[in-house]
Amino acid sequence: MNILKRDQQHLKNSNDVLVARQKVRQWAIELRFSLVDQTKLVTAASELARNALEHGLGGVMIIESLSNGPKSGLRLVFEDQGPGIPDIELALKDGFTSGSGLGLGLGGSKRLVNEFSIESEVGKGTKVTVVRWR
Amino acid sequence: MERIPVLRMGPLLLVTIQVDMHDKLALQLQDDITQRISELGSTGVLIDISSLEIVDSFIGRMLANIAAMSRVLGAEAVVVGMQPAVAITLVELGMSLPGVRTALSVEAGMELLIGAISNAAHGSEDEYSQT
Amino acid sequence: MNQLAEIISRNEDRIRTQWIDGMSKSVQRADLITKAELDEQCSAILTAIVAGLKSSGPADLMGGVAGAGWDSARETFQSISASRARQGFSTVEVATYVLSLKQPIFAAIRGTFKGNQDELFETIWAASELLDRLALVTTEAYMTTREELILRQQQELLELSTPVVKLWDGILALPIIGTLDSARTQMVMENLLQTVVATNSKFAIIDITGVPTVDTLVAQHLLKTITAARLMGAECIISGVRPQIAQTIVHLGINLEDVVTKAKLSDAFALALDRSGRYVARKSTAPPKANPVSALFERREE
Repeated sequence: MNILKRDQQHLKNSNDVLVARQKVRQWAIELRFSLVDQTKLVTAASELARNALEHGLGGVMIIESLSNGPKSGLRLVFEDQGPGIPDIELALKDGFTSGSGLGLGLGGSKRLVNEFSIESEVGKGTKVTVVRWR
Repeated sequence: MERIPVLRMGPLLLVTIQVDMHDKLALQLQDDITQRISELGSTGVLIDISSLEIVDSFIGRMLANIAAMSRVLGAEAVVVGMQPAVAITLVELGMSLPGVRTALSVEAGMELLIGAISNAAHGSEDEYSQT
Repeated sequence: MNQLAEIISRNEDRIRTQWIDGMSKSVQRADLITKAELDEQCSAILTAIVAGLKSSGPADLMGGVAGAGWDSARETFQSISASRARQGFSTVEVATYVLSLKQPIFAAIRGTFKGNQDELFETIWAASELLDRLALVTTEAYMTTREELILRQQQELLELSTPVVKLWDGILALPIIGTLDSARTQMVMENLLQTVVATNSKFAIIDITGVPTVDTLVAQHLLKTITAARLMGAECIISGVRPQIAQTIVHLGINLEDVVTKAKLSDAFALALDRSGRYVARKSTAPPKANPVSALFERREE
């Protein structure tokens, strides 16, 4: 599997979330994802970027375009040095919330992508990696 | 800070969301709508999202909140023009916005609102005639 | 190993002829490929093998044909294999094609090393290994191409089998025939929702008469479609619910409380008409005012 292109976007305020969304949209268009798949990717990015900002107290999004044989894909990594998630399984359940609103959006985002992985350590931070293949 | 305009059309409020909203803008819109309903005694709110290409859980919640708050203030809200890709994604996310009335177009939305408003009006007439 | 390269390139013509002659008619497939094309392919392969052998050292050969020196040889094999896959050759035919190269090459090697058993054995072994690896590369490329072909055909089949029909102004029907799996449901959902927008249709009747079984997964897919349509402002009615399906749904505990279901498509259509403020009336039986044909002549005389 090869990484064709790589870029980064810091997530320090809510405007950064918008910029992150636009970047993901652009890259998805370049990789010729269908409109529905583009929408799913950008929405997942929005959820995870917002998480990193609000729960992770700011972080970064790394965006990479991949190729695996004939398949092409987009990988997004959201990293923050926030408080971390104590119970990941619980967080992935729909409707779980640690604050106001419907929850961390993790469970939902998982359904919008093909590959989803999350590492988190209390006190150290969280890293969420998602991939969508075309 | 820019705001999304809330226009008045008789008893209705018309909101067209065309920009990618960051969180503060969305919360400001919520405030503005509830404020205007109170000021003007509006009985209907039409929110046109036909230009919105992304509705994530935050925006989804905002729409649900606007519908709920409007109802409490005596107004009916309708969200119109959701794009297919957006609808598919929202459902996959797990949001179905149960308390939000929807319509295919601004026209259909207005018909719905005017119907709802006149139903409410006839309802109160019946109450009076019963006494 | 460069000896092997020498042996092959020196005897190339003879090897190629023996190779082609040695192929049974069934592997040649004169119906799929002409003599000239076959000749060309065999030449290309032999050249590629010689080039690969010359560019890589013995260490490379031990490591198989994955090294950079074998890049262009691998590409040659892959493209020949892919074109054969598309033409309709079978797996056996493609593999045999490469493996049948062994005999003429072994013959050439034996001719070179008359009397020197050790060299003979080593070189034959090396050639055998090489051809085995190349045959594997060929077979893999073949499989990949076939899979892509099948995928494309599946896609086309999917698109053909889910038409959205306009029953009336603002009323669509989607007759689903066959099983509903994830991929198909996605396509069905997208197609339906896009048509809803394009035709500004408030009602969509999803007819499942042709769906053999409804399990929890299928029900979930249907519910997702209905929810998405509702978010857009359209309403779905499910029709064609057979008695067995009704039983299955209840047994599985699937909640269809918020969904309107009808046994027959016609019932669903009647409901949609009613909900959109229409009814069907019979034409009056009074005779027409004028004979339309004579009316035509009258106008001409004017």
